[in-house]
Amino acid sequence: MSAIRVQTADFDPGEEIAKLGGAEGTTGAIATFTGLVRGDGGLIAMTLDHYPGMCESEISAHVAAAYTRWPLLAVRIVHRVGRLTPGERIVFVGVASAHRQAAFAACEFLMDYLKTSAPFWKLEEREAGSNWVEARAEDDASVKRWQSP
Amino acid sequence: MRADPLGRSSALRTGRHRHVKLLYFAWVRQKVGTSEEVVTPPASVTTVSALVDFLRQRGPGFEAAFANLKTVRVAVNQRHSGLDAAVGPDDEVAFFPPVTGG
Repeated sequence: MSAIRVQTADFDPGEEIAKLGGAEGTTGAIATFTGLVRGDGGLIAMTLDHYPGMCESEISAHVAAAYTRWPLLAVRIVHRVGRLTPGERIVFVGVASAHRQAAFAACEFLMDYLKTSAPFWKLEEREAGSNWVEARAEDDASVKRWQSP
Repeated sequence: MRADPLGRSSALRTGRHRHVKLLYFAWVRQKVGTSEEVVTPPASVTTVSALVDFLRQRGPGFEAAFANLKTVRVAVNQRHSGLDAAVGPDDEVAFFPPVTGG
């Protein structure tokens, strides 16, 4: 079972965790990541641009890849778009599995691919003006660890 | 050049209009000045690379957007692609900077 949403509205991490399951008795671990807007260097706001359709299909492809790699029971991903201010939630990745190793690993795997392949772009707004965030080499390096045999 | 699974190359030979839907995101959109358009490139345009050359001639905004191709990514029909990817009639081609979500 997986759910992928791209939306302007905020989300409730607690509600997402509850929906990851557990009541059926087979889930032993739920690992989640919640990303927030950091107010670094006088950041006023961050506006997320995205490619509707392709975002969902890219994320779905990596969720499918995660299911083939680890014994997962559920995955929920929420990514917000539009204008967000410091402290606001941007992204949620939640993974349920029987054991923690699979849940932790799949959560990191999905986050790494979300950052390097899902078509979202951040525009930072500061007193001095607006700038598009540049892709980070560290993010490309993070995703490479999943590509070695 | 990869084979077109939908056999769209036959449309090229019959000479019907080759509409290509273009989408631009982030600073690429700001430079070209539009988010979406439909163009009819000449029949010789069968790859992303040739499409970029065609677009570059359309004005300074396009020239600026495609000045350094190392900074531009492309998707054909919503899949990450390279400059050598095939482009056929009715394809959707998007140009954008490296992604920065998450």
